[in-house]
Amino acid sequence: MAPDGLNGDVALQFRDPEQARALVDTLTGLTESIGRSPISVMHVCGSHEQAIARFGLRATFPKALDVIMGPGCPVCITDMPEVDEAVALARSGVRMATYGDMLKVPGTAMSLGDAQAEGAHVDVVYSVAQAVDLARETDEEVVFFATGFETTAVATAAVIQADPPPNFSVLSAHKYIPPVMEIVAEMPQTRVEGFLAAGHAATITGWGIFEPFVERHGIPVVVAGFEPLDILAGLVKLVELIQQGTPQVVNMFPRCVSKQGNLQAQRSLWQVFRPVGGHWRGIAHVPNGNLRLRDEWSQIDARRRFSIDVTSLWEYAPPSLSQQCICGDIMAGIASPDDCELFGRSCLPDSPVGACMVSSEGTCKIWYQYGGHPDLTEVKA
Amino acid sequence: MCLGVPGRVVAIDGSVATVDFWGVRRPIRLDIVDEPVAPGDYVLNHVGFAIRRIPSEEIKETLELYDLLLKEAGAGDLMSADVRGEIDAAGGRETDRGT
Repeated sequence: MAPDGLNGDVALQFRDPEQARALVDTLTGLTESIGRSPISVMHVCGSHEQAIARFGLRATFPKALDVIMGPGCPVCITDMPEVDEAVALARSGVRMATYGDMLKVPGTAMSLGDAQAEGAHVDVVYSVAQAVDLARETDEEVVFFATGFETTAVATAAVIQADPPPNFSVLSAHKYIPPVMEIVAEMPQTRVEGFLAAGHAATITGWGIFEPFVERHGIPVVVAGFEPLDILAGLVKLVELIQQGTPQVVNMFPRCVSKQGNLQAQRSLWQVFRPVGGHWRGIAHVPNGNLRLRDEWSQIDARRRFSIDVTSLWEYAPPSLSQQCICGDIMAGIASPDDCELFGRSCLPDSPVGACMVSSEGTCKIWYQYGGHPDLTEVKA
Repeated sequence: MCLGVPGRVVAIDGSVATVDFWGVRRPIRLDIVDEPVAPGDYVLNHVGFAIRRIPSEEIKETLELYDLLLKEAGAGDLMSADVRGEIDAAGGRETDRGT
């Protein structure tokens, strides 16, 4: 799908129903020629799931092709103890700033929103730069609870390197996507045969980063964009690689992703953060999956600046509903929201039980918001 | 919010650009953009930071999806809400700080 320049109506290239139909036919043909069912492929991006649901794409996928959303929602995989740290800091009187979705994410005993309702000072920001502005306007200690994958972590790295005020610090729960793909690729229950990698995360890392992964696991990776036709074309390429048994990395999103990625952002990212192992909610321990501040930034690291006591939050039995939540299985690609007893009944966007119903990038919220059963959505591509 | 949001650079002051998003102008940080940026360029932005200069031949097709999301969005459209959130991410806490 390399661009042909600006001549002609480029818009139609992307939403042309005939092209969509042709791609779906190719996809169906390729899937049938493999002759197995199911063939499971995974994407790791909330925006991909949004586009699949919004444009009704899942209804066009061949029955034998299982397109599952993996751990692509940064809010969802933020682990309970990480939320507990933020809650404990907020309750100790520190002013917390964080992205809006994090307010409702359940910790062991409560969410940041619950702490706020009890009187803790929690500010919602859209950007880490706004949290720095907030610190400049006050003498209070301001801690930014930093969540998100590398695409968001590079912004946190940039403000840390730009001389923030002395009352500003960061509680990092940032996560790094490439290592979790290794984990999911080896989960026997999931049996992922190919990955659709997210366009804009790869804008930062570059597509070259997936080459060692393909070599190790023999599983193809296709980088795809977010237009309906981008996603269909990405899936066609992915299934073609599975059918031919020629695992490799193919970049189907050249208008946004290069092999080396954004070197400036990568430099900043690794100057500020170091990868450490940690648990991702519902998934597993992911070696090198968490991004923590390097020693030279310890004065900005909230974990070193404050003594954070989370134990008081652990003397609490989680409510029974949350024990029925299958968010972890959904993110590992083992179950879908329809398999959950709570989905759309006791677990709703306004009163989420699990993290997957909290975030606009969570599978459950996406399915709920776009009709609950995207498989039945009319094809609009 | 993998999606980000594209906008057109109107002016540059040090490491901050004034970027136009469908008529709304907001400051965007240039600390981690991949290429040098000049007024008239389009950049892709995430949480208030430019992460990529969009090559001129790719601008039109990049904008198409966002045009659709911003114009045809119904209530409860998560993709549109994310794009609007990305625009709000620029501009600091005082609204309309952009010129």
